[in-house]
Amino acid sequence: MNKGPLLFLGIFLTLAFSWTGIILTNHLTIGRIGTYVDADTGTAFPQAEPGLARQGKQVYQELGCIYCHTQQVRRPGFGADDLRGWGERQSVPRDYVQQDRLLLGTMRTGPDLMTVGSRPLNADWHYKHLLDPQLTSPGSNMPPFPFLFATRRIVGQPSPKAIQGLPPQYAPPPGHEVVPTHRAEALVAYLMSLKHEYDYPESIPVNVPGGH
Amino acid sequence: MSSANPSLAASLKPGTSEATAERALLSEIDVSTRRPVFFFLCAAIGWLLVGTVFALIASFKLHNPAFLGQAEWLTFGNIRTAHLNSVVYGWATNAAFAVAIWLMARLSRTQLRHLGILDVAGFFWNLGVAIGLAGILRGDSTSIEWLEFPAYATPLLFVAYALIGIWAIIAFRFRQPGHVYVSQWYLLAALFWFPWLYSIAQLMLVFAPVRGAVQPLVNWWFAHNVLGLWFTPIGLAAIYYFLPKVLGKPIHSYYLSALGFWSLALFYNWAGVHHLIGGPLPAWVLSAGIVASLLMVIPVVTTGINHHLTMLGSFGRLQDSPTLRFIVFGGVSYTLTSLIGSAMAVRSFNELAHFTHFTVAHAHHGLYAFFTMVVFGAIYYMMPRLTGREWPSAPLISVHFWFCAVGITIYVVGLKIGGLLQGWEMIATTADPQTGEVALRVPLFLDIVKHTLPYLVSRSLAGIMITIGHLAFAVHFAWMLLQPRAVAGAQPVRLSPDAALPASRA
Repeated sequence: MNKGPLLFLGIFLTLAFSWTGIILTNHLTIGRIGTYVDADTGTAFPQAEPGLARQGKQVYQELGCIYCHTQQVRRPGFGADDLRGWGERQSVPRDYVQQDRLLLGTMRTGPDLMTVGSRPLNADWHYKHLLDPQLTSPGSNMPPFPFLFATRRIVGQPSPKAIQGLPPQYAPPPGHEVVPTHRAEALVAYLMSLKHEYDYPESIPVNVPGGH
Repeated sequence: MSSANPSLAASLKPGTSEATAERALLSEIDVSTRRPVFFFLCAAIGWLLVGTVFALIASFKLHNPAFLGQAEWLTFGNIRTAHLNSVVYGWATNAAFAVAIWLMARLSRTQLRHLGILDVAGFFWNLGVAIGLAGILRGDSTSIEWLEFPAYATPLLFVAYALIGIWAIIAFRFRQPGHVYVSQWYLLAALFWFPWLYSIAQLMLVFAPVRGAVQPLVNWWFAHNVLGLWFTPIGLAAIYYFLPKVLGKPIHSYYLSALGFWSLALFYNWAGVHHLIGGPLPAWVLSAGIVASLLMVIPVVTTGINHHLTMLGSFGRLQDSPTLRFIVFGGVSYTLTSLIGSAMAVRSFNELAHFTHFTVAHAHHGLYAFFTMVVFGAIYYMMPRLTGREWPSAPLISVHFWFCAVGITIYVVGLKIGGLLQGWEMIATTADPQTGEVALRVPLFLDIVKHTLPYLVSRSLAGIMITIGHLAFAVHFAWMLLQPRAVAGAQPVRLSPDAALPASRA
C-alpha cells in the first residue's frame, strides 16, 4: 500500500460511512420529530420548560450532575427501571424535543432523574438533600452543595424560604437562618419539572416479560 | 538508501557502510524533530501530573463525599471533568503528537520541515487546554461528555490541531519513495480523523446544536471515536514501530497488518452508539452499533496475532528493555480491553454493565493500560535518541513500570468487579412463587451505593500507586534533561544487565 491518494480515499470513506449512517440519517429522521398535539385538549406535548427550570438546568450543568445521574428510562423488561419507580414506560425521542441540550448521561452512581419530578419529594426534601445528602440519605456518596445556600441574620420577619428543622450540627447560629440561593431555587424547580409529561403513541410499553 | 536526501555521513564519505549511513540519517532526522517533540513531551508530562492530582481528589470524593466539599470549584462534577479533560487533551494528546511527529519524520525518511507550524500549534493547543480547564473549574462546562471545554476554548484547539495535521501531511508528502509502513497508515488516518470528529462534534453540539435525540448520537460517535480513531491508531502505530525495532526483526505479516488496519477503519467508527443501548433511540442504529462492536473482534484478533507472532521467541527481551516491557503490557491490554468492549455491546451484558463503574474501569483499561503504557514505552526509546543521553537510573524505570502496571491492574479488576455487583444489584429481581409478582432483590438504591464503596476505596489505593509511578517517571525525565551531556559510547540503560542483548539498536 504505497499510494498516498488511495490511502487517503479509504481513510475518508470509512469515516464518511458512519457519519452518513449514524448522524446524517438520524438528523433527517428523528431530528425532525416535533411535538405531539393531544386530540382532546389541543395542547402540544412536551411543553417548553418554564423559565426558572431553564435556569436550574444551567445549574445542573455547572455542577456536573450528569456524571452520576442519567435522564433516560429503559423499557420495562430491559433492566429494572420501572420496578425502581424511575418511570413506567421507556423514554422516547419525543420526550426531548423541547430541550436545547440533552443530558442523557451514562452513569448511575445515583438514581435516574428523568421522572424525579413525579416522585413524592417536596422542595424542602430537595433543599436538605442538596445542602448535605447525609441529612436525607445517610451513607450516600453524593457531594454536599453548601455553596448553594446562604446563612444570614434574620432582620425583621424570618424568611418564609428559610430551611426548617435542621439538626444541630447544620442549624444556623441563633438569630440566623439558612436560605437557598436563587441558584438552589432554580435547580430544585428544574428537578421538580422533570417528568414524562405525556404518553405518546410510540411510548406505550411493548414486550413486557416477567422480569429476570 | 536514496541519494535525494543524503545524510552528513554519506556526503562526507560516500563509501560509508549502509548501516552506518542509515544510523546517521536517522540521527539527523531525530535531531530535526527535537524542539517540537521536547515541547509536546514536557507539556504532556506536566498535564499528566495535573490530571493525576485531579484523579486522586475525584476518587477520594466518591467514597468520602465531604472531602474538599465546601468549595464549588472543587465539587466532584468539576474535578472529575477536569481530570478527564486534562489527561485526554493534555497528557494523551500531547504525548500522541510527540510520538506521531517523531515516527512520521523517521518513517518518511525526511528531516522535519516547517518547525514554525508546530511551535505555533503546540503553543495554541496547550493554551486552549489551559483555558478549557479553567473554564470547567469555574462552572462553564458544556456537560457534553468528552467535550466539556467551553465554547471559548475549542476554536483555538481546532486551529492548533489543524496546523499539526497539515504539518504531518507535508512530512508525508516529502517522504522518500518506497514502501509506506503500516505505522504511517495509522498515523495519517488518526491525524485526519480527529479534526473531522472534533469539528463536526463542536458544530453539531455546541455552536449549532442539532435537535433532540440526535445530540447523544453525535456525542458518542465523537467520544468513542476519540479512543478508537485517534488514540488507538497512534498507540498501534507505536507498537508496530517499536516492537520490530527493539527486537531487530520484521513484523510477522504484512497481510495481517493490512487486514487489521482496514477492518479497524471500517468497523470502529460505527461502534460508538453502543453507549446508548437502552436509550431513547431507534433500535436499528443501536443494533448497527452492536454489530460493528462485535466485528471489532476481527481487527483486534488480527493485530494481536500479528504482534504475538512477532514477539514469539523473543519474550526474554522483556527482562532488559524498558520500551519492550511497556509496549508489550500495552499491546496485551489492547487485546483484552477491546474484546471486553465488544462483549459490553451485547444487549444482555450491556443491560448489566451499562450505567455502572464497569464502564469507568473499561475506559481506564483502554486509555491507560493500553495507550498510556505504550506511550511510556515510546518515550523510553525516543528520549536517548533525541538528547544523545541515556536514562540515568534503571531502578526508577522499574519503579515506574511496576507501580503503574500493578496499580492499573488493581484499578481495573477492582472496579470491574464492583461495577458488575452494582449492575447486578440494580437489575436483579425475584418472583414470588405464589403470586408470581416480580420484585427487586435490592429494593433500596442507597444500599447499592453503599455496597460499591469498598471497590471505590480500592480504586483510590490503585490511584496512589499510579501516582507514585508517575512521580518516579517525571523525576527521571527531569533528571535526564538536566544531567550533563553523557560521554560518548555510554551504554543504553537495561533493566536486567545479565539478560542477553542480541539485536542491533538503530
